[in-house]
Amino acid sequence: MNNTDLVRKSLKKRYLKERIFKTVGLLSIVSAILFLLILLTDIFTKAMPAFSQTNISLEVTLDPDVIGVGENPSEQDLMAADFRRVIRNSLADQFPGVTKRKEKRELYSLTSMGAEFQLRDMVIADPALLGQTIQVEFMADDDVDAVIKGAIDRNLPESDRRVKDQKLGWIETLEESGQISEQFNWWFFTSGDSREPEMAGIKGAIKGSLFTLLVTLALSFPVAVAAAIYLEEFAPKNRFIDFIEININNLAAVPSIVFGLLGLAVFINFFSLPRSAPLVGGIVLSLMTLPTIIIASRSAIKAVPPSLREAALGLGASKMQTVFHHVLPAALPGILTGTIIGMAQALGETAPLLMIGMVAFIVDIPQGITDPSTVLPIQVYLWADSPERGFLAKTSAAIMVLLFFLIAMNAIAIYLRKKFEKKW
Amino acid sequence: MAPIVKLTDLFMKTLKKITLIAGLIAASQIQAAGRDYISVVGSSTVYPFSTVVAERFGKSTSFKTPKIESTGTGGGMKLFCKANGIDTPDITNASRRIKESELKMCHDNGVDGVVEVLIGFDGIVVANEISSHEFNLTTKDLFLALAKEVPTEKDGELVANPYTMWNEVNAELPAVKIEVLGPPPTSGTRDAFVELAMEGGCKNFPWIKDTKSTDKSKYKTICHSIREDGAYVEAGENDNLIIQKLQKNPDALGIFGFSFLDQNADLVKGSVINGAAPEFETIASGDYPVSRPLYFYVKKSHVSEIPGMQEFLAEFTSEKAMGDEGYLTDKGLIPLGEDKYMKVKTDVLELNNLEL
Repeated sequence: MNNTDLVRKSLKKRYLKERIFKTVGLLSIVSAILFLLILLTDIFTKAMPAFSQTNISLEVTLDPDVIGVGENPSEQDLMAADFRRVIRNSLADQFPGVTKRKEKRELYSLTSMGAEFQLRDMVIADPALLGQTIQVEFMADDDVDAVIKGAIDRNLPESDRRVKDQKLGWIETLEESGQISEQFNWWFFTSGDSREPEMAGIKGAIKGSLFTLLVTLALSFPVAVAAAIYLEEFAPKNRFIDFIEININNLAAVPSIVFGLLGLAVFINFFSLPRSAPLVGGIVLSLMTLPTIIIASRSAIKAVPPSLREAALGLGASKMQTVFHHVLPAALPGILTGTIIGMAQALGETAPLLMIGMVAFIVDIPQGITDPSTVLPIQVYLWADSPERGFLAKTSAAIMVLLFFLIAMNAIAIYLRKKFEKKW
Repeated sequence: MAPIVKLTDLFMKTLKKITLIAGLIAASQIQAAGRDYISVVGSSTVYPFSTVVAERFGKSTSFKTPKIESTGTGGGMKLFCKANGIDTPDITNASRRIKESELKMCHDNGVDGVVEVLIGFDGIVVANEISSHEFNLTTKDLFLALAKEVPTEKDGELVANPYTMWNEVNAELPAVKIEVLGPPPTSGTRDAFVELAMEGGCKNFPWIKDTKSTDKSKYKTICHSIREDGAYVEAGENDNLIIQKLQKNPDALGIFGFSFLDQNADLVKGSVINGAAPEFETIASGDYPVSRPLYFYVKKSHVSEIPGMQEFLAEFTSEKAMGDEGYLTDKGLIPLGEDKYMKVKTDVLELNNLEL
């Protein structure tokens, strides 16, 4: 048997091996995509109810006597006024014959707890409304919302249903008279957290994430780029520098919770910076992203061909000029990509923030980097842990918002790379 | 090179802008040293109630909404008792009473005036899927089904838990495999369940009860150890997850807080324990054995230093919040009952110091 025969004999087996490998590869991709699709459809379908909001339209008479304000009330007076009674009166007018205390409570719980504040803010914005009778679209309670959206099955026996027959009857009456409507849930994007699912919004968490990332970027970017430039271009090759390089790589693999503990011990306990603030969150996350950006920046700088440096030096540029006028601009697309990916990582991080008090219920929208605030992934965690069923949809909706930001950041990274990438 | 030069330009400008903005924000913020919002830490069980009060307080007054962190009871105590300064929390929530050692730590660190507020009760339920078997349990059944080692007929002898079916534990129970989904050891719910249900059942064996006085650590090991052979499944801290799993597995039982049963009464049902079903009335009266008191603790000196503290305490202890039909009961808190409520209210109004 000569060599050709040997090869020919083994050919079938080798082809088979190749085919098997290809199929396995394809299968892993398909299953990965499948899992991703399942995950995304699950999140999307669960999130849909959170983007619409059920309203109950009621006719309210803003009688100053009922509200408890005099003529030309100040804003302070209106803040303290009793708008709840107006709404309750309107509901009681519509459903006369409800007299028992317990039944009344049920009736009044048709509208959200936020309805009175909704009305109050309307009147504060336009005090001329006082004394008028107006039609207002009030936010419905989460139970009503669940019935309308079918999350609570109306056909279940009464004993197994959260919303009892009597309340269901009221809801159906309102439905028949066209007083129940659904609209896009703007509230979700314009308000802070709440314990009532229908009133909970994501804006506080978005702003918190924004402030945190701003601090992270402002701290980690200059430091990381400077470190990368020094290590690549200026540092002498000796053992000490090797040691530092190894440790930067090690740092990138340190579990993020460790940085949280460090943040707690150093920044909060020692420097007494405020707890729960984006300032501390940003500092801690910048420690975490530093190695990522340094490593990405170094490989970007390394990828710049030496001929560029030699040409600059040959024309009489100083080392500094070479680096800042020629090497850095050529390496920037890579550095920016690394930075954005590091930022995206920081955006999704929760563990280090646990330790510094950012897992907190915060209603007021943060106005600066020292105001208490929370971030998007923590908002997801907090809502996922709430007993009210309405938060299920909110959780998925918050995940969608988080995913949107992550995808947007990665898209920017890809765009920058494609646009400014140089082939040498 | 043109696009690259443009990019460097753009980059330098952006960098300058970012530094400038960050600097400005920092400068405008640092001066705000005094805190103008209430800071609350502590138990994740009290968190759902505390947050409701905080939100209403923030919306209906001109004060800022208090910040509420969920750190766990023990973690909250540490933060609370660390110092008396304005940068420490004003209030800590607790799903058990403060320990003597913790109060001492407070005093040692200069936190002298601590006011205790009992807000109500929370029940821990053992529930299963709504259309599944009815369980009429006793704490003894729970102990025998879930303990790591169970006593044999002979006094003083323990064997590794042999039971796999509920009807082996107690012939009256359904013939279903023992599978209980519950919280992990880090959870306060687990602590309370072990203390109230397991220990409650454990005490039914006279010789074990006697060891309490002779060998306390042995007693604790017997009564507090949960089996690790797969019959008890640690399902994580998320009670919603346990409820979802119960729906998929009708034979399993789950352990979680009463407020989750209250919110999901159409999906799961609570088992009767020692003859009492987990309901508002039975938990409030103490007939339901697995319930625990919920507290919060206030730093007295902060009441005058932090704006809104007085008003927040008044809101929390008002009839419309904590009372029999207050809004906290809508969230699943079991109210105190008239007598205890009046006492708590006067304690808070007079800011009476806690003595243990």
